[in-house]
Amino acid sequence: MATDFPVSSDPSPPAASKPRGPLKAFALRPRLSPAEKGSRLFFLVCAILAMGQMLLIMIFLFREAGGLFFDRPDSAGQSILAFLFDQDWYPTYSEPSFGALSLIAGSLAVTFFSSLLAAPLGISLALYLACVAGNRTRELVKPAVELLAAVPSVVLGLIGMVVVAPFLQNVLGLSTGLNLLNASLILAIMATPTVASLGEDALSAVPRDIQDASYALGATRWETIWQVTTPAALGGLATAVILGLGRALGETMVVLMVAGGAAQVPNSLFDAVRPLTSTLAAEMGETAVGGRHYQALFALGVVLFLMTLTFNVLALYLSKRWRRRR
Amino acid sequence: MYLTGYTKTARQRREKAALLLIRSLAGLVLTVLAAILVYILVCGLPTVNWSFLTSFPQNAMTSGGILPAIVGTFGLAVGSMAISLPLGFGAAIYLSDYAKPGHLVNAIRLGVSNLAGVPSVVFGLFGLSLFVTTFGFGRSLLSGCLTLGLLTLPTVTASAEEALRQTPLSFREAALALGANRWQAVRQVILPAALPGMLTGAILALGRAAGETAPIMLTAVTAYSPILPDSIFNEVMALSTHVYVLATNGNNILQTRPQQFGTSLVLLALVLSLSLVAVIIRAKLRRGRKW
Repeated sequence: MATDFPVSSDPSPPAASKPRGPLKAFALRPRLSPAEKGSRLFFLVCAILAMGQMLLIMIFLFREAGGLFFDRPDSAGQSILAFLFDQDWYPTYSEPSFGALSLIAGSLAVTFFSSLLAAPLGISLALYLACVAGNRTRELVKPAVELLAAVPSVVLGLIGMVVVAPFLQNVLGLSTGLNLLNASLILAIMATPTVASLGEDALSAVPRDIQDASYALGATRWETIWQVTTPAALGGLATAVILGLGRALGETMVVLMVAGGAAQVPNSLFDAVRPLTSTLAAEMGETAVGGRHYQALFALGVVLFLMTLTFNVLALYLSKRWRRRR
Repeated sequence: MYLTGYTKTARQRREKAALLLIRSLAGLVLTVLAAILVYILVCGLPTVNWSFLTSFPQNAMTSGGILPAIVGTFGLAVGSMAISLPLGFGAAIYLSDYAKPGHLVNAIRLGVSNLAGVPSVVFGLFGLSLFVTTFGFGRSLLSGCLTLGLLTLPTVTASAEEALRQTPLSFREAALALGANRWQAVRQVILPAALPGMLTGAILALGRAAGETAPIMLTAVTAYSPILPDSIFNEVMALSTHVYVLATNGNNILQTRPQQFGTSLVLLALVLSLSLVAVIIRAKLRRGRKW
């Protein structure tokens, strides 16, 4: 849609009116009223603020995190490699150690395992909504799915603590039900509506005529779904899954409440983990502003920020490539 | 084809099995989600009554009500909208009606769409560093509103731009043909047509702001407050963090289960009813659209 419609000028003076001075060409340029100029400036400032926020976030995160890696009178700077690849996260010891590997591994583990559930379930729901359900059912179920995407994560975390944890503990005979498995299950429940809603958009955008063509060739409904509609929407479905993953990676309250909170690289589904987000939320309250621990937490924030940024850029790239091909 | 007698049944069987699988997986998801809502409703309903909603927590939060948390969540949600609505609507109007396509517009779009995926706890860190520490607002209602406002800004901007783009080009051309300048066209023609759609996005963002926990834990919230906030520089309680605090801190975790579920129910009802309003407005809009 074209956005640059011509700027209207004030009614230009008739030819007989007094000449405006030597630079006659100026009379032909549109003179903008103060309201026009002011509104334009205001909207531009809003737009730049909306974008500049990204820069501001990066500046403040990096500024606070940077100090961790430089020497100070009382302590030596952390090396970046040790920060990323050391497993020992003991921020409050007298000889503190800031190795983020366990936390990064925890974040990746919950994201990966939740996606094993959320991707197939979300896409099934999307397929159901877009290709299987009747019109009336869809009109009811689609808004319901969107509503469920809005359930506050702290409520799901409570369910994880009160319902899922005792269940896992009793059925599997574990010492505690607060572990990687529990967090992955709850995150999957959280991410599924997101994947379903975005996936349904992608599937609905597949042109009607190629599906009709498939039916005209004698294909059944499932053959059309599997061999025509899904391949055509593949980019959009991948975007939906990646954005769902991003949501699971960035989710804080669920993992804070049900992941168990032990900073270790998990060996099994039943180990407790401490993802980046829950470390931030749990420890930020107890640190001194500007201290080593405070800086280390901001460095975790930078890691988290860069990880989610990667997911976003990937999703953006996929959806763009897919659109161009169509 | 003569072989169809056999192949057709195999295909039909596969067709049936596949559709059944999709239906049952979709049904499973919907059942789980519905079960969660029903569970919260059943566990929370016995606790929620008028005095629970209108009194202060008592006995180290093991009894009493959640009035300060309701007031805090309300203040945070409304305050954040006061930040993100003007900015988001302004940015959306710029993108849809003022900007010429180019690098600046692309950069703004890219920034907005990437911001929408930044985790809320990172916004919390940002708010802590900028508003709480650098600006010196401290942990306060103001810091929380600013943080949540920035958090919801990308959602508000994107949905408002979408609504503005759905108003037809002919509206703009007609307004300009009548001699309106761009500001007059936007204010008197385009905004009135797009406003319901823009508000839908705003209500969804309001629901999200009300349900957020991590960013306000870092910037605005205190575990317990014996008074209602009387200035924007006060710390506040909030529904979401109240659930978290009751469920994880202290020695009375089991004892306060009813309060935890009661508070969850109030929060859930608030968030879902806001979203429901938005969904209904949108459905009406789609049906009643005249262009």
